[in-house]
Amino acid sequence: MDKETDPQLHVPEPAIRPGDPPDFSHVEIPRAGEVRRPDPGENPEDMRDLAFSIIRVLNRKGEAVGPWADSLSDEALQEGLRHMMTLRAYDARMLKAQRQGKTSFYMQHLGEEAIACAFQKALRKGDMNFPTYRQAGLLIASGYPMSDMMNQVYSNEADPVRGRQLPVFYSSKEHGFFSISGNLATQYVQAVGWAMAAAIKGERKLSVGWIGDGSTAESDFHGALVFASTYKPPVILNIVNNQWAISTFQGIARGGAGTFAARGHGFGLPALRVDGNDYLAVHAAAAWAVERARRDLGPTLIEYVTYRAGGHSTSDDPAAYRPKEEGAAWPLGDPILRLKTHLIQKGLWSEERHTQAEAEVMDGVIAAQKEAEAIGTLHSGNRPSPREMFEDVYSEMPPHLVRQRHEVGY
Amino acid sequence: MARMTMIEAIRDAHMLAMEADDDVVVMGEDVGYFGGVFRCTAGLQKRFGVQRCFDTPISELGIVGTAVGMAAFGLKPVVEIQFADYMYPAYDQIVSEAARLRYRSAGEFTCPMVVRMPTGGGIFGAQTHSQSPEALFTHVAGLKTVVPSNPQDAKGLLLAAINDPDPVIFLEPKRLYNGPFDGHFDRPSQSWGKHPLGEVETGYYQTPLGKANIVREGSAATLLAYGTMVHVALAAVEESGVDVEVIDLRTLLPLDLETIAESVSRTGRCIVLHEATLTSGFGAEVTALIQGECFYSLEAPVLRVAGWDTPYPHAQEWDYFPGPERVKRAIATVMEG
Repeated sequence: MDKETDPQLHVPEPAIRPGDPPDFSHVEIPRAGEVRRPDPGENPEDMRDLAFSIIRVLNRKGEAVGPWADSLSDEALQEGLRHMMTLRAYDARMLKAQRQGKTSFYMQHLGEEAIACAFQKALRKGDMNFPTYRQAGLLIASGYPMSDMMNQVYSNEADPVRGRQLPVFYSSKEHGFFSISGNLATQYVQAVGWAMAAAIKGERKLSVGWIGDGSTAESDFHGALVFASTYKPPVILNIVNNQWAISTFQGIARGGAGTFAARGHGFGLPALRVDGNDYLAVHAAAAWAVERARRDLGPTLIEYVTYRAGGHSTSDDPAAYRPKEEGAAWPLGDPILRLKTHLIQKGLWSEERHTQAEAEVMDGVIAAQKEAEAIGTLHSGNRPSPREMFEDVYSEMPPHLVRQRHEVGY
Repeated sequence: MARMTMIEAIRDAHMLAMEADDDVVVMGEDVGYFGGVFRCTAGLQKRFGVQRCFDTPISELGIVGTAVGMAAFGLKPVVEIQFADYMYPAYDQIVSEAARLRYRSAGEFTCPMVVRMPTGGGIFGAQTHSQSPEALFTHVAGLKTVVPSNPQDAKGLLLAAINDPDPVIFLEPKRLYNGPFDGHFDRPSQSWGKHPLGEVETGYYQTPLGKANIVREGSAATLLAYGTMVHVALAAVEESGVDVEVIDLRTLLPLDLETIAESVSRTGRCIVLHEATLTSGFGAEVTALIQGECFYSLEAPVLRVAGWDTPYPHAQEWDYFPGPERVKRAIATVMEG
């Protein structure tokens, strides 16, 4: 035995802190097109390498290269760009609305737009997402009315969830968007249960669990992976690794594991690691996992490598824990710029059209905002009645709640 | 004496406890480098190093479960759950482990730890950032539960909790972090800067657990409150013009029944206030105790003013929050009885 030493608590530290120059030299980025694309039916044990690289399609010139390219038509790519631009414009307006006091809170997607927008396009009606609070792109890409998203953010009279939830905690069964809990990771395992139900009933529907890098530390993540591993239902388990859990860098949740994707290996799950700022790569990986689910080959774990370019929420100031310039130094770039460059490179788009599209998108967002604000915002206009506070606690209101409702005067 | 917000007072208590005892360690989500989302642990890591104040993975079960192990080893962990609403994954570790370790090992292993969590509403936090789960702790044998209502008490009670040989749940009303709040949401926010209890003793002191505080003497009725509702109670009493005694319970378990019974026996009327939902809330326990202790002195039924039995809503925050108007109505009712 070697010489004994006193143990010390090992507390992982990020490479850089405010005041230091940004440094992502520790993030290994393979060249676009380099990672192989196995058949979705291949044995998960034989594709462990995919959890340690990054699937990328768009190269620096904006070309789509390699075996994961070409999953989308020209029209679909243009639509994808528009969805991401819409989400960014929506975020900008809602952030501003929050600062103007029109609502209490907001959470933006800056830098992460590609993930939910592209993923949604690999699904079909009847599939169900169990999103976190940073996947509004799923709604935008599935055609959910933007004014209804705003009605929710404003908790006004037209809010589909009746003023009960924090802003951005949307819900739409029709659009495959499960009601957001707000408690972290709790819904990851529910997604597995939804898929188990589809399997029990023999219905061709799949479900998608969404979680952040930080929340993989919750036991619910383990529960989800165990059940997914045991029953192999048609579920896709997404991990959005945006590097930061509020002030805590991803190394605290990841610990000694090489990657978050590698967490799947202990459960025998195939695990992909994908460039989350590459619309084409996200869609291709999603389509691959969807194929596995539709062929009843079982669950897939996917880690999207991205960067949360904005604050965690309107209550957060990231300058307190990371360099301000870090977002600009993120080596995977901006998802909108990258798809735009690709479209221009393909001759499908131009700077002029992009500028024009930005204006059109913003006009659409402003029109929706006017519509929503005509109904009301959190502190003015029409809002859900206090009466509604007592509804939906149970399917039928028990006598004690009827009494309490009367006490409020309704 | 020094002017402090409740955040600063809590931070000061951490500093002093860590200075006084090397076995005090602090951990939780975002508590290290950043100093906590409410800044209650700011500066601790810099001062005491990462071995004694560190960030944890987002796992409340992990935070409390490892704290149980550390406490059993001989440390005094003071852990933060970012919001009380996030406590549930840790509940098994709190209820089945921390609370019973002394009992099941006949004192061989103990669990001297503090679990801090911001609690209560008033910040438009909706169902996941507003809950008051104190009754889920007071119902558990082996736990002590503390709810301060001001900076002076927050510091002294936290130091007493850290010094306690058993697990203590320390619930911090987040609406009070930066100033008192009397429930008048439509008036400008107040700060601790001018409040008498924003004047905090410097240096180490303990405010004993299990001792209530009569914050306003009165003869017509007794209002029992804790946390934010203490300030709501005081405002309601002033506005009602009735000479009501207001008692800040401060510690829910162990409960200062002596102070309560003495007051209610004198006034003959009592109202219990809390933000938490009414049914099976802590008010039910207090009400039962009062009818046992003061039955022959009571001039009217003991009333409760509490949160409605629904999840905490967002848009209807002020219809939900038991503000001064509801308390004034209860005062009128109890005086008629």
